[in-house]
Formats: sequence, structure tokens, C-alpha cells
Amino acid sequence: MIAVRVQQEAFDTAFELATLAAIGGGAVASFTGIARDDVSEQGSVTAIELEHYPAMTLAALEALVAEANARWELLGCVLIHRVGVIPVGEAIVLVGTASLHRAAALDACAFMIDRLKTDAPFWKKEHRKHGSAWVEAKTSDGVAGERWG
Amino acid sequence: MRIVYFASVREAIGLEGEERDLPADVTTVTDCLNWLEERGAQYGAAFGNRSKLRFALDQKMVSSDAALTGTTELAIFPPVTGG
Repeated sequence: MIAVRVQQEAFDTAFELATLAAIGGGAVASFTGIARDDVSEQGSVTAIELEHYPAMTLAALEALVAEANARWELLGCVLIHRVGVIPVGEAIVLVGTASLHRAAALDACAFMIDRLKTDAPFWKKEHRKHGSAWVEAKTSDGVAGERWG
Repeated sequence: MRIVYFASVREAIGLEGEERDLPADVTTVTDCLNWLEERGAQYGAAFGNRSKLRFALDQKMVSSDAALTGTTELAIFPPVTGG
């Protein structure tokens, strides 16, 4: 079972993980990325806006899922990424994996979110009470992406 | 060739994309950046820090020395920040 989606609307994490659990593999791992406030200036960020490259986005995500399936024995895989304006507190991205044993599910999940951060054409803009600004890419994301070779 | 821009690059240039007939001596992504910079100050502002630019040719990420031969669409954008 493979599901890859790019969508504006919110998704139901519990439903998606229950679908993976229902495969019966015994191991489900997930990562949820959530739109968050500025930790050093609480209350300043109201929403995160996600821009993307529509002609490329889905293919880039499908390539990540295909590589994860080639590297690990997965029974199921869910990758959902939202675009548009996402209020603080709502989920932006969900990566979910199912496998027979925990190592494959955990490693494949970490691989996909690390690589998504460097390979998928999304850009975040923070909407603040006074104005908005593009989020700068973090060097640590490049390092995390590279650790998978 | 179609050239498309995203995020801060799109905002600096003021366009989502444009069609451009490139001269024969513009053969790589870097050549194209240099050529566009001669066409307006907004390109210089958008491409100012070349280390902060990323590129895709026909929706595949490439480096700045990639050849444009046979390309339908060049995308120019800042480092991605999804997830």
C-alpha cells in the first residue's frame, strides 16, 4: 500500500496510521511535521505558507517513496504534504511506514523526511503579526539528508 | 525555453515564469543566469548570491554547470525548506 498526496486541506493522522496498522505488519512508524510558532518570540507566527513547484512536487515525493521501498522491506508507505496557508498548530507533513519489524519502518521513515527536506520543491514562508518572511534553509538539513548516502 | 521562478526568486523578479529565446552561446545554467542579469536589475537582485540558488531542468534538480541542451523548462529557486 503506497499513498502519496500533495493537498491544501488538513489530513487525519490517526486515520492514515490506522490504515497502515491494518496491513498487519506489526510495525508502524511515523513523522508528523507541524506548523509552529517562533520559540524565541511566542505568539509572533500566525501561519506557515507552503509554496511548491506543481510540475515537479509529486514526482519528487514518489521518487523518495520508491527509493525507500528499494532500500527497506516495507509493507506500506504514506507521504502527505500540504501546500498553501497552514495555521500554527496544524500538521504540514506526514510520513508513515509499515513493516514486519521496527528497524525497516523507523529507518525508512527517517530517510524519507530527511531527504524530503533537501530534495522536494517546497518553500516555507512565515506569516507574522507584522509582515512575512521566507524561511532560510538550515545547514543541518543538508547534513541529515547526506547521511543516507 | 520556459524559465520558472519560485519563492524569494519569484518575488525578486516579479514573475512566476517567462518564455525566453536564448542565444546560441548560452549553453549552461550559469550562462543563462549571466545572460538574464544583463536584461534587468531585478535579475541581479534575485541571483545576487549564487550559492543560495538551486536549479531544475525539466523538473530534475541539477547543478549550475548543467547543460541546457534539449531542455524545455528551467526552474530557478532558493534552497528548499519543506517538511
